[in-house]
Amino acid sequence: MNDEFKCQEMIEVVTDYLDDGMPPEERQRFERHLSYCAGCSTYVEQMRETIRQTGTIPREESLPPSLREEIVAQFRNWRRG
Amino acid sequence: MNGPETLSSETALLAALRNGDEDAFSALVDTYGAAMRRVALTFVRSSAVADEVVQEAWLGALRGLDRFEGRSALRTWLLRIVANVARTHAVREARTVPFSSLELAEHEPALPPDRFQGPDEQHPHRWVSFPRPWPAEPDSALLSAETRKLIADTIAGLPDGQRVVISLRDVEGWDSAEVCSVLELSETNQRVLLHRARSKVRAALERHLTTEST
Repeated sequence: MNDEFKCQEMIEVVTDYLDDGMPPEERQRFERHLSYCAGCSTYVEQMRETIRQTGTIPREESLPPSLREEIVAQFRNWRRG
Repeated sequence: MNGPETLSSETALLAALRNGDEDAFSALVDTYGAAMRRVALTFVRSSAVADEVVQEAWLGALRGLDRFEGRSALRTWLLRIVANVARTHAVREARTVPFSSLELAEHEPALPPDRFQGPDEQHPHRWVSFPRPWPAEPDSALLSAETRKLIADTIAGLPDGQRVVISLRDVEGWDSAEVCSVLELSETNQRVLLHRARSKVRAALERHLTTEST
């Protein structure tokens, strides 16, 4: 039982777990802890929810027209050498 | 993301660019320009500086066009150029250097130690009390917008390395290999920065969502 993760350790390796950065043996220990610990299960679920919510922040999908124009003008200059 | 179709169309595109084809260049700017500007903004924050960075990056790309050998995807190549230019500007703006060893060396627990039982208590290093489950996602668009603003503000307040990594990974949706390649970070350091950033965003959501429901 000594090699079991403690809750305080679980929350420090959750990104390794979610990012597939865990060796299989460690992954098993992680999942074994989750199977009996409601607190850590909630925590991991909240990290997943955090990632999901972070992915919904609005993003600028196009360049400001004036900037685009300047970049294309730069290209014309470059082409002229 | 780098399949044969991409490669053959990129080869044609590169040939067109080297021939000075303006339509090909404009198409390239429309495909990658906005992503490049978002990358610049994760480093420098002021949009005026970000615009300068993006222009400089395109110029650098044009000048380096003959040296581009197609070993990475065009997209990754462009993003790496803009990240490098942006990093240089960020340093010039006298802000702290992103990914400094200082930021990585500091020990930063994901949660304050008092959330866990001490070594002399009944169950050392286990929860004092479990995190409270969050309410199901509110239906109201207003509440969701509020949550997104909270996340954006929390990310904006993170130390440089953490802010850049979580922006690229979780806002932009890049995979870790791409982030490591563009930022020239090791897999381990990338994950440390991402972990700290995500932990802080989770903690901000926890404060927000559990205060609200009481």
